[in-house]
Amino acid sequence: MAFLEVKGIKKNYGSLQVLKGIDFSLQKGEVLAIIGSSGSGKTTLLRCLNMLEIPSEGSFYLDGELIYDAVRHVKANDSELRKKRLHFGLVFQNFNLFPQYNVKQNIMLAPKLLRKKVVSAAKKDLRKKKLNVVFYPLRGSKKNFYNLLKEEKNKLLSEEKYFAEKLSSQAEELLAGVGLSDKATAYPCQLSGGQSQRVAIARALALEPDVLCFDEPTSALDPELTGEVLKVIRGLKSSSRTMIVVTHEMDFARSVADKVIFMADGVIEEEGTPEEVFGNPKSEKTKAFLLKAEDRI
Amino acid sequence: MSFAEVTLELLKGFAVTCQLFILTLVLALPLGLIIAFGSMSRFLPLKYVTKAFVWVIRGTPLMLQVIAVFYVPGLVFDLPMSSRMLAVLIAFVINYACYFSEIYRGGIESISKGQYEAGQVLGLTKTQIFFKIVLFQVIKRIIPPMSNEIITLVKDTSLARIIAVEELTRLSQDIVNVYGIVWPLFYAGAFYLVFNGLLSVLLSWVEKKMDFYKG
Repeated sequence: MAFLEVKGIKKNYGSLQVLKGIDFSLQKGEVLAIIGSSGSGKTTLLRCLNMLEIPSEGSFYLDGELIYDAVRHVKANDSELRKKRLHFGLVFQNFNLFPQYNVKQNIMLAPKLLRKKVVSAAKKDLRKKKLNVVFYPLRGSKKNFYNLLKEEKNKLLSEEKYFAEKLSSQAEELLAGVGLSDKATAYPCQLSGGQSQRVAIARALALEPDVLCFDEPTSALDPELTGEVLKVIRGLKSSSRTMIVVTHEMDFARSVADKVIFMADGVIEEEGTPEEVFGNPKSEKTKAFLLKAEDRI
Repeated sequence: MSFAEVTLELLKGFAVTCQLFILTLVLALPLGLIIAFGSMSRFLPLKYVTKAFVWVIRGTPLMLQVIAVFYVPGLVFDLPMSSRMLAVLIAFVINYACYFSEIYRGGIESISKGQYEAGQVLGLTKTQIFFKIVLFQVIKRIIPPMSNEIITLVKDTSLARIIAVEELTRLSQDIVNVYGIVWPLFYAGAFYLVFNGLLSVLLSWVEKKMDFYKG
């Protein structure tokens, strides 16, 4: 079974069918480029994978694990949804950085908050243990018990400290990776579009998603700024990182993708390697689209 | 009546005014947020009830509301209001909470959907998204309209005199009635003016403090 397996995804808004049954699969480490004209459902597909939209029908699996199945998850609860969502990362067209946090804080916010949940559960556990003494007589010595509790608490605290340090250095590494080490304390409003998008990429990477999705990452940028973002995305390509890129940059799709999907009217019109789709398109719609895309340049 | 005596008397009233102002603010700010959530609720009955309530409160005079809160419990339910101050406070808190709720609502709805979605794809809970991402941005955006309401509140406290709460305006009027001198009215006005001046300085300081980012 492939790493990512998408089966029969459909999405309706009322009577409007945006996705009419999408099937594809992706191996680990592959880069998939999705191209197609506006309104063909590319973005909706990405949003379905990230569960910002709930697919009306269909299912998808990641590494053999069922992530979503419309039949079973009609009423998926919030926490379940959140856990599954973390397998996927999403970089938005218009960055959506948090304006009140500086660059480094933007990157560290989510890992910090997710960690907080774990820690508060552990703390609650400790309090429970302490309270239990009131209701149940202690078997061993009292002193011993409290020492043990103290030890556990100290362990928790030192783990916490270690985590914070690790997270901070991880954030710095990520920033270096996107070439913005000097902007760690800058606020999003002080960044150019290209820089903002690179921060957004670092932020998505901080959670180490299995599949990183890009929703037209350069569409909101000036032409001279797209290069720096595409370069970063190109640099992310590695044997272990699976990526899905919705893009209008044909040259980029051609050179980076292992696989290209051309979408039209909510269906996959054509799919294959870049050579197949760009070099020798079979569908008339693909041919027309590619011609138009060339015309633009 | 000497200047010192008038000052002392007005200071007494000013203390009551301050008390009313601070208590109203402290209680109405959180209550307004709750009402704002009500009026944005996806549970339609709650939404419409809240909206209707806000409509009634914003659509009728505050003075009328003060009178109603003071007299209705006694005359209709046979449970007379024990304290005039309490009655005024209840009316003020409800009235201002409704005004604040609309300001909150405007602020919350002005935050782009992208901020919520960014939080969602990062695996945050709805509560975390609201308190760690959205709320701060809302506060920054609502400070100017809030400042406006807060300054209005200072002046509206004078409406408490309608049910004989001994606040600044009432006491200054008493002096005029008893001693036949007019200047204490203007003196009372100076109290409001100075108080609002200080508030304006404070609020614009807060506004500046939050100017470390744009957007």
